[in-house]
Amino acid sequence: MQTAREENSISIKYKSEVKNLNFYYGAFHALKNIDMALHDKKITALIGPSGCGKSTFLRCFNRMHDLYPGNRYDGQIILHPDDVNILEQNVDPIEVRMRISMVFQKPNPFPKSIYENVAYGLRVRGIKQRAILDERVELALRNSALWDEVKDRQNDLAFNLSGGQQQRLCIARALATEPEILLFDEPTSALDPIATASIEELITDLKNKVTILIVTHNMQQAARVSDYTAYMYLGELIEFGVTDTIFIKPKNKQTEDYITGRFG
Amino acid sequence: MSNINNLDEIRKIINQQRRWDLAFTVAGVIALMIAVLTFIVLFAHMLIDGAPRLSWDFFSSFPSRRPEMAGILSAWVGTTLVMIVTALSAVPLGIGAGVYLEEYAAKNLLTEIIEINISNLAGVPSIIYGLLALGLFVYQLGFGQSILAAGLALALLILPVVIVATREAIRAIPVAIREGAYALGATKWQTVIDHLLPYSSAGILTGIIIGLARAIGETAPVITIGALTFIAFLPPSPIKNEFPFLSFEWLMAPFTVMPIQMFNWVSRPEEAFQLNAAAAGLVLVVMTLAMNGLAIYLRYRMRKTIKW
Repeated sequence: MQTAREENSISIKYKSEVKNLNFYYGAFHALKNIDMALHDKKITALIGPSGCGKSTFLRCFNRMHDLYPGNRYDGQIILHPDDVNILEQNVDPIEVRMRISMVFQKPNPFPKSIYENVAYGLRVRGIKQRAILDERVELALRNSALWDEVKDRQNDLAFNLSGGQQQRLCIARALATEPEILLFDEPTSALDPIATASIEELITDLKNKVTILIVTHNMQQAARVSDYTAYMYLGELIEFGVTDTIFIKPKNKQTEDYITGRFG
Repeated sequence: MSNINNLDEIRKIINQQRRWDLAFTVAGVIALMIAVLTFIVLFAHMLIDGAPRLSWDFFSSFPSRRPEMAGILSAWVGTTLVMIVTALSAVPLGIGAGVYLEEYAAKNLLTEIIEINISNLAGVPSIIYGLLALGLFVYQLGFGQSILAAGLALALLILPVVIVATREAIRAIPVAIREGAYALGATKWQTVIDHLLPYSSAGILTGIIIGLARAIGETAPVITIGALTFIAFLPPSPIKNEFPFLSFEWLMAPFTVMPIQMFNWVSRPEEAFQLNAAAAGLVLVVMTLAMNGLAIYLRYRMRKTIKW
């Protein structure tokens, strides 16, 4: 009964809306007229062949492209509830990154202790009190299913963890600051199948806490974890909808070809 | 062409080609021996001549007209103080410039021209730096023929080394680490202070040490700005008995350094002074080797703790 009520309300509960987004790497037109929406506290997957612009799209959400010269955004990514267009020039990219966290393709822990890795985002936000840091670090490690494995060795170097543990540490690091949206850029592509399964389980568990956008080249993964799926090709959004519909009855021929493996 | 598949023929060809491997091995070993043996012979010669002169008195005596009484006190104290000035000025300037170029500067033509010129500066003959320092520090700024002027001249000399080492150490940090810091909402300054500098510190330190090891043996710029060749007193002590306990008078004091002391002794006709020069040379080489050894050790430790 509860699920039914949720199903009714999702159509209007957007966390973010993308309106006519274009993105340019110098002269190269990488994203073309993208319109879509992120449903609040749901998982949206971006799929498509290599070079289709799905990572480029993802990195617009935390203004990562601002780090490099010659990149240009055009259009809007509206963040609710305050309806701010995060691509606006006068919106500070650092403020955007404080609201929207990211987990990268390869685990990229800092060469610091496990504790300091998770605490870093909090320290950046000026939190210094040890008690608050301890509490938030523990919560983040619990939420990323790492607490039981590392609680007795939080001062060990993060590099001593296995690949899958490192990626869960990076998720904990991104979660510690309680972001509104969590971005995943192919988070399991550098991991073995067992670690991949644990990360997927974790992502599914997280969806009640945070809105998630995940890029994946693995269609089974998109089908397993996501509520909504967007198929991109050559910088364009070809089809966007409920994951089951996209995978079972895609409207677009191109989407169908990609999903059935005839192409891509 | 028909015997290309003949096994005997193939073996013959392989053996012929193998001879080139052998020839190059022999040539390479000879080339290596010329380089290494020359140094070993030089060092051994210096060791045999100089080692008997090494004693506590040699380090604690001023130079003298009588070779058996002469020592390197003023020279090693002068070298140490000049090196302190060099390090204290070149390190912050070099790291600052390196970080700015790598992390802050807009990537445009001007930056590129500056970058190319910094690499070129490392190749400018050291006497040119001496002339610059003579005009700028000694006369224009009125520092005189002092430890301060010499330290700053050598700082200019090693600045490109420190800048290049800083940039390369920062560039060796993977993009993912840098992006990871920015993605958490860090500013440039937070990224530099919390991540880039700590992770590149061993590489930067290596560059600083290699720069200082070069500066310690420099003679030309120090002579140009007017270091003394005979000095029988020490600069004023930096620590005083009365308030404020610290004194910077030593910065303005005349001085000599190890290579100049050596040069002075080598140019004397008496055989006994040649032995003094060998002993001073031995001390200088050991100092340089120790610094390079420290740089190698730091690099080794960095590789062990930080694996990208």
